[in-house]
Amino acid sequence: MIIHSLTFYMFAAVAVASGVMVISARNPVHSVLFLILAFFNSAALFVLMGAEFLAMVLVVVYVGAVAVLFLFVVMMLDINFREMRHGALQYLPIGGLVGIVLLAELVLVFGSWAVAPEAADVATIPTPDPTVVTNTHALGSVLYTRFVYLFQAAGMILLVAMVGAIVLTLRQRDGLRRQSIAEQNARRKSDTIEVVKVPSRGGV
Amino acid sequence: MVDFWASYAWPTAKIVLYIIAIVVPLLLAIAYLTYAERKVIAAMQMRKGPNVVGPFGLLQPIADGLKLLLKETIIPAGANRVVFVLAPMITFILALVAWAVIPFGPGVVLADINVGILYLFAISSLGVYGIIMAGWASNSRYAFLGALRSAAQMVSYEVSIGFVIITVLLCVGSLNLSDIVLAQQNIWFAIPLLPMFVVFFISGLAETNRAPFDLPEAEAELVSGYNVEYSSMAFALFFLGEYANMILMSAMTSILFLGGWLPPVDVAPLNWIPGPVWFALKIAACLFVFLWVRATFPRYRYDQLMRLGWKVFLPLSLAWVIITAGVLVAMDWLPDTIAG
Amino acid sequence: MAYLDRSVRSFLLSELLSGMWLTFRYMFRPKVTLNYPYEKSPISPRFRGEHALRRYPNGEERCIACKLCEAVCPALAITIEAEPRADGSRRTTRYDIDMTKCIYCGFCQEACPVDAIVEGPNFEFATETREELLYDKQKLLANGDRWEAAIAENLALDAPYR
Repeated sequence: MIIHSLTFYMFAAVAVASGVMVISARNPVHSVLFLILAFFNSAALFVLMGAEFLAMVLVVVYVGAVAVLFLFVVMMLDINFREMRHGALQYLPIGGLVGIVLLAELVLVFGSWAVAPEAADVATIPTPDPTVVTNTHALGSVLYTRFVYLFQAAGMILLVAMVGAIVLTLRQRDGLRRQSIAEQNARRKSDTIEVVKVPSRGGV
Repeated sequence: MVDFWASYAWPTAKIVLYIIAIVVPLLLAIAYLTYAERKVIAAMQMRKGPNVVGPFGLLQPIADGLKLLLKETIIPAGANRVVFVLAPMITFILALVAWAVIPFGPGVVLADINVGILYLFAISSLGVYGIIMAGWASNSRYAFLGALRSAAQMVSYEVSIGFVIITVLLCVGSLNLSDIVLAQQNIWFAIPLLPMFVVFFISGLAETNRAPFDLPEAEAELVSGYNVEYSSMAFALFFLGEYANMILMSAMTSILFLGGWLPPVDVAPLNWIPGPVWFALKIAACLFVFLWVRATFPRYRYDQLMRLGWKVFLPLSLAWVIITAGVLVAMDWLPDTIAG
Repeated sequence: MAYLDRSVRSFLLSELLSGMWLTFRYMFRPKVTLNYPYEKSPISPRFRGEHALRRYPNGEERCIACKLCEAVCPALAITIEAEPRADGSRRTTRYDIDMTKCIYCGFCQEACPVDAIVEGPNFEFATETREELLYDKQKLLANGDRWEAAIAENLALDAPYR
């Protein structure tokens, strides 16, 4: 048990520390790398809780895809960060407000658990015993039965967002010569080469 | 004290021993994969390949390794030192940690976790970080272009690899790698899921940055791509990582589609051979195809690469997920773990 | 029908497979590799390799310091100084070839009226220092002594075409 708590505190500490580094690192690429470290440690925390499916999905989706695109964009941007920091202070009130709202919400959630312990049970009722069912099965059976409409709705929203992004960035341009691979593959020697018997001084 | 020994120290020592037992043969296999690559490609080009160092040139990989070890490590003046040094280590470590969940035989596995295939998928999707960090930290145009290409390419092909894995999982009903192998006792998934097998293998080529998708290190345009500024041991780590990834991808292919450690047919002379030998043979066969493809095909252009990933493989694998699921439900062939 | 045929073929990756079958067959072809230091490919009698100054069979050097080779050398690699010897014959006191400049065009051996300077069949004269490639008269004469048999044979073989 001691080992368990030790590892928990280690991963938690690294996660929090790298979270701090994300906003305090001078170099934006370093920020993203610290963000990835934070993701990793949260995944490790999931594993410690026995939620290995969530841990792996966190790594696959956030570290493997989302953070790569973050890194991709941040590496290509050439921003003068000293200039950007110059006006950062004027956003302090609104940033602070958002932070306070978030903090209040978190306090409300955990506070309600503390005040009314049965409130937490509402959320955990569908969770089966982890020793009987693996959490992949548990998650799947909840997601595709109880929350199937919400799940589908989330999928539709993402689809709409994707279609919207494509529509916004798609430019129709005329006069472009595009490669048609099917056409190229369909070309045969007989279509393109013609052997002509040219009479002397006759021309083709 | 005895309690401490029994509950912590001895298990730790045992795991370290297991790790050594996996990593040392793996490193040897990587070394000799470079040798096999040179020999196979040489043979296909009617050359002899390395044949001077040792009998049949068998000591060539050792000589190459020693040479790289003894060279000077150069860190470019404009490089971001920490990231620059970290990148090859990440590449190499990621290539090794994935082996923790690979089952070499019935019950012969270091960590038999429930989400083994997801773990493999996660690790292989992380491989891009070593390359991206190397490209960015080198502070060089060529390296940076290589890194960008690699990032876009690996993210694109992961999508179709994910769908291929899902089709296999539909037929198995478990994310555990041993279960996936055992589900192929009657027939290897390569036969009913042949198109997915091909898609997986080709995506595997792209995922490991191998020819004909080796654009991140296209020597003709990018000199050597993301590792152009690296030398000595740092370069060796990239090199080893790349080849370890090839072996890992072959291992994944044989587990997902070629029945892992199972013999082709469960009859007398074939099932006397132990499982790990079959597994190694299948990996070797996949690796041979990796090399064979490199000797045969010219490099893709980048837009063709993206077209293949997004416009051919993605719809194809997505359609096959739906077809597989539909057939399984219609025929009532769903594995018990899903149906139950 | 042709369309169907094409589609099926491209879907079954027939072109990729036929390419791979070709490379697979080539794997068993006899190798064309020469084990270089142990095996060497034959070279033409006209091969233009390392330079050599030849001697007459009686041991007298052939070069008469006419400086035609120095004049014709397009890379200005040859330097010759000459003065009459005690017996009155005209001979070089200095005959240097800078092998780092030489482009192996063979003009020197074409210009030579007495077949003294020739480019021999030797091409394995890589050195570890630059200085070793600045050949002087001793070196060139030594080359001539060493390769005389091969050079004479090559000259004889090429003679009918001159």
